[in-house]
This record gives sequence, structure tokens and C-alpha cells, in this order.
Amino acid sequence: MKRDGTFYINPYLGGILLGLVLFSTYYITGRGLGASGAVKSSVVTTVHAIAPEHAEQSGYYSQFLSDDESPMNNWLVFEILGVLAGAFFSGALWGRLKVKTEHSPKISSRKRLIAALIGGALFGFGSQLARGCTSGAALSGMAVLSSSGIITMMAIFGSAYLFSWIFKRLWI
Amino acid sequence: MVAPLIPLEQIPEAWNNVFAVLLGMGFGFTLESSGFSSSRKIMGTFFGYDFVVLKVFFTAAITAMIGIFYFDYMGWMDASLLYINPYYVYSAILGGLIMGFGFSLGGFCPGTSFCGVAIGKIDALVFSLGLFLGILLFSELYGLFEGIYNSHFMGGSKIYDLIGMKEAVFGALLIFVAIGMFFGATWIEKKVDKVIY
Repeated sequence: MKRDGTFYINPYLGGILLGLVLFSTYYITGRGLGASGAVKSSVVTTVHAIAPEHAEQSGYYSQFLSDDESPMNNWLVFEILGVLAGAFFSGALWGRLKVKTEHSPKISSRKRLIAALIGGALFGFGSQLARGCTSGAALSGMAVLSSSGIITMMAIFGSAYLFSWIFKRLWI
Repeated sequence: MVAPLIPLEQIPEAWNNVFAVLLGMGFGFTLESSGFSSSRKIMGTFFGYDFVVLKVFFTAAITAMIGIFYFDYMGWMDASLLYINPYYVYSAILGGLIMGFGFSLGGFCPGTSFCGVAIGKIDALVFSLGLFLGILLFSELYGLFEGIYNSHFMGGSKIYDLIGMKEAVFGALLIFVAIGMFFGATWIEKKVDKVIY
């Protein structure tokens, strides 16, 4: 195994390990994994800190506010802290810790970052509408064969496939 | 029945956040080790030069599904207590389509962007900032989307009920379809020109 950053574990091994983590999450907590929910908690916390009345009166933020604890005291926020630590450990192990902007040679870093910002904003927006992202809706939903998860998964991958070819120049 | 452990109070609720960190570490480690901290590796699935996302995603979902089936069948876990995302038909589809559009521009999804951030990818950091802005925008415009957000509610619907199939039959079919896709993906990878990233 090379530790110059080029080594990745076998995808089926990776899938089985990820499946075991997901299964353990259901076994222990009764719920699946997630990701976008942690960002939602930080948005709710930020808006509530800056404009408390606005957040309390909003039909959306108010759903995630309670009197006795911060929205940051949330399972997904702790889980994402773990994700950052686990990914850092993996990057350190395989020699991939490096500050850089990864992009196709056909586009500049600047163009890559603009596309990443818009892409992230669309993904964040869509994740709230669909009540979860690729982790919480699609992956966790598929493990319990939920209609919502599987329909959302097909919509994500179908749309990503179509738009990827439209924006092919960003990638290859 | 002992599981799920926390809902059935086999483990004190106070441990929940400790497990969140530990399970998150496992999640982050496997994603990064599989290559999900690289947007160009992830995007390989859509152009056919690297199907790692398809292989990892379906293997993981099926592994967890089989584990849940088996533990439920053996009486070690009550699968009916597991959380099922509520199904609101239009918002599930429209939200998914918007996420796919974002995926094609950004090259990450939320979980994978955090893996990129953890190993120093600036593009992943900017994507995460975009996530924050997109969620903020949705929250501020909630009034406009509230109708579609709450329309056509079908409860915690299961896909096999929706299409009128037995659970075990659907599960077996899903495994066969996934294995077929893995062979197809490997065959396409060999045909498509390599992309260096």
C-alpha cells in the first residue's frame, strides 16, 4: 500500500464497511446517518443568534428551536464532528493531507470555486425541500427501503447524470 | 428484542452523542478511504471513468439492508421501530432534482464535502459554505415553498408497498440489480478513456 495519496481501498470493501457503520447506527440509535442536517443546525443557530425574533417567528427556523437547548446540541452535529475527525485520520493514514483546489485542467481554480459555491447552495436548498441529502435521505432511506429515500436517490442521480453532461467542461 | 438500543433504553440516552461521534468517525473514515474526498473521483460515476460512488453506495445500502432484515428475522432488532423518512411526493422529487443539479456543478454532496474539508480541499470548503447559504435561502423563502413542502404526504411509506411487491422479493431483486450494475460499471470503466486526477 502506497502512502503517497494515490491509494484507495477496494470500493466493495469500502461499501461493506460503510454498510456496517450504517447498520450499527440503526442498531444503536434507531435512525440512519446524515449530513445536511448538521449544516441546518448551524444555520438555525446563526440566524437565532443574530435575529432571535425573526427566527422565532419564521415558519421554518421555529420548528428546530427549543427553549432549553441550543440547536447545536443535535445528534447530527456530533456525528459530523466525527466525520471530520475520521476523514482527517484517513487522509493522514494514506498521505492525502494537502491544502489545494482540485479542478479539471480545462478550467481555472477561480471557475471551480464559483461552480462549487453555486453547486453547494443548490444542494443545500434541495436537501431542505427533500428533508435530507444523499446520506440522510438516499443512503439511509435505501437501507430501510423507504419510498422517500429511494425516490429522492433516483431524482438526485438522474438529475446529476443529465446536468453533468451539460457541464462536462467543468470536469473532463 | 433488544435493539434499537437507545429507543428501547438498553443504553442511557446520554450515550447517544458519544455514539454520534464514534459512528461519524467510521462514516468519515470509510468515505475518505474510498476516495470521496475528491470531486473528480466522485464525478467519474457520471462520465464512466470511475464508478466508485455507484459501487460504494449500493454495496453499503445493501449491506445495511441485509443486516436489518437478518436481525429483525432473528428477533434481535425490531425493524418497525426504525425511523422512516416521511414521504412527501413532490418535495422528495423536486428536492432531489435540485440536489442533482447542484451535484453536477459542485462535485460533492454534503457528507463528501466535509471529508474534502477534513483533508484540506478548498473547493470542498467553498461547497460547504454554499450549503450554508442554500439552506439559509430555503429557510428565508420557506413561505413560498411551504405548499409544495407539505403536499401529497404519504407517511413513512415503504417502496415495496408503493409498487405492490413483497419485502423479501424486492430486497432480492435489488441485490440482483446492484450486482448487474457492478458488472456493467466495470465493463464501461474498461471502455472509457482514463482521466488523470
